[in-house]
Amino acid sequence: MSRTRNNPMADDLVRPLFNTSVWFYGAALLLATIVGCGAAAWAYQLWFGIGVAGINWPVFWGFFLTNFVFWIGISHAGTLISAILRLVNARWRRPVTRCAEVITVFALMIGAMFPIIHLGRPWLFFWLAPYPSAREIWPNFRSPLVWDFFAINTYLTGSVLFLLLPMIPDFALVRDRSTGWRKRVYGMLALGWQGTTKQWHRLESGMQIMAIAIIPVAVSVHTIVSFDFSMATVPMWHSTIFGPYFVAGAIFSGIAALIIAMAVLRRALHLEAYLHPVHFENLGKLLLLMSLLWSYFVFAERITVWYGNEPSEMAVFWATQRGRYAPLYWTMVVCNFAIPFVILSLKQLRTIPGTVVASLAVVVGMWLERFLIIIPSLAHKQLPYSWGSYSPRPTEIIIMIATFAAMALFYMLFSKFVPIISIWEMKVGNQPHPAHLVETEDEGEAAGLWRARP
Amino acid sequence: MKALYALYTDPDAVQRAVDGLRSAGVAEREIVVMSSEPFEEYEFSHRDSATWLHWIAGLGGVLGLTAGYWLTRTTQMLWPLKTSGMPIVSPWPNLIVIFEMTMLGAILATVVTLLITAKLPSRLPHLYDPEVTNGYILVGVQQPSADLAPRMMAALESAGQGRVKSVE
Repeated sequence: MSRTRNNPMADDLVRPLFNTSVWFYGAALLLATIVGCGAAAWAYQLWFGIGVAGINWPVFWGFFLTNFVFWIGISHAGTLISAILRLVNARWRRPVTRCAEVITVFALMIGAMFPIIHLGRPWLFFWLAPYPSAREIWPNFRSPLVWDFFAINTYLTGSVLFLLLPMIPDFALVRDRSTGWRKRVYGMLALGWQGTTKQWHRLESGMQIMAIAIIPVAVSVHTIVSFDFSMATVPMWHSTIFGPYFVAGAIFSGIAALIIAMAVLRRALHLEAYLHPVHFENLGKLLLLMSLLWSYFVFAERITVWYGNEPSEMAVFWATQRGRYAPLYWTMVVCNFAIPFVILSLKQLRTIPGTVVASLAVVVGMWLERFLIIIPSLAHKQLPYSWGSYSPRPTEIIIMIATFAAMALFYMLFSKFVPIISIWEMKVGNQPHPAHLVETEDEGEAAGLWRARP
Repeated sequence: MKALYALYTDPDAVQRAVDGLRSAGVAEREIVVMSSEPFEEYEFSHRDSATWLHWIAGLGGVLGLTAGYWLTRTTQMLWPLKTSGMPIVSPWPNLIVIFEMTMLGAILATVVTLLITAKLPSRLPHLYDPEVTNGYILVGVQQPSADLAPRMMAALESAGQGRVKSVE
């Protein structure tokens, strides 16, 4: 690897690609073992049938669908937040965007696996795809599950491209700094990128269009996931608020996941010079805003149900407020509102450790929220004869833990092969002011303030 | 000579070099500037800014919309399944699929056009220097004419502190 003295930022950011610590191998082995256990648990379920999972009449959606909704929500961390920050040209976004976009891609891949695991017979998953079968039966486009197929695939395709395109110049940088097999691999990935003015202009124009297109797609994805519930006449599901409520919850959990990932990267890859406390503070403010928005939606939903006093809905309502699910419900409220509100509303606590603690609470709280949306409603349908309960079995728990390990493993491997912070975007942020442009006194003062708080 | 170029660290010097090459009689389309980052605030970075990318993205969206409409309507007509009192061709549910396909069409059209117009993938040309990714900015000309070469050399040298190189 050739290094230059005039480019310490690039040196710092490509260093993890060339140097591997023993800790990396240890962590990767541990995570791969957990993922392997999850694969074994799935194989066990395939061999003995879906009966080994805890799902049974009347609760046919359990941990698998909880995790599906949870991971699709986490996927809102990246592309959506990155696209919004790009469009509003927030300067502090530069070290954050790629960290965020990677979460989207891996979370979507993991989330999309759960309906397939939940099928029990995953070899029939292609029934979800719109194709004519031998009997000319097409999928029913009036089914929300088919909408999921289109929405998730569009978002996944868009997010992968949104992540890959700005990586091309960084691949070129690694290509020019490496030798041997790395030079060949990164040379292929760089697609012959030269950095001509035309290429830069096309890349920036393309990213702008993609950012505009991806925002409504991201909103539609979680709205459509919410339609899986709200289109059914199940108590406390059939609600018009579900679309925006799910989108807000998804962004909420997504920001929390992003903060945790950034804190881990900052420590593990020694990125203290690039991921500053101000990035965590700004994301912490966004997290606080989303916490308040989420609480508003929960309040609006709950008071409407309580005021309506419809018996079948009240059965679910009381089961979560003071019944079997009350401990989980109030834990969710503490995790999603009380902890983030206390920590993030106080400037003194809006530090890196503070935002990470709040984010960990939010991730736990949002997982519980997904669980509480699905299980109590299915366990308390309109007729009491069909009431039941659900307890997860070891197979489901192991698969769930394995997906968290898979997320961490994918993220680790990605940061090993690709600069996790976009180097060229960081350079743009550090560009000197052009000599031909006259800097006014106000602009100079503003620039000085920015430099003081990068 | 296959190429003549100079490497600079200062974008102001690059602007002077580009202006100097123009004054030396080099055609605009023959001047190549390569950098490891875009320089939006400089005139030289806007030389290739005219693009149809936005319109092509829109066209891709229209194609996606048409395909979505065709897919939903045709398949529902082929298999007229009555579902929950909805009409055979149900506009509201179809709108969701049509929307997703519209956006997918726009995204794919953008990426394909971007790759084609940026000439990706391609082989690295003679006029390339790995120093570009180390932060240097390259200004040069491929296949410079022998008549203009001395004037081009002078323009590149007088633009600022840079290293002038040639590829034979």
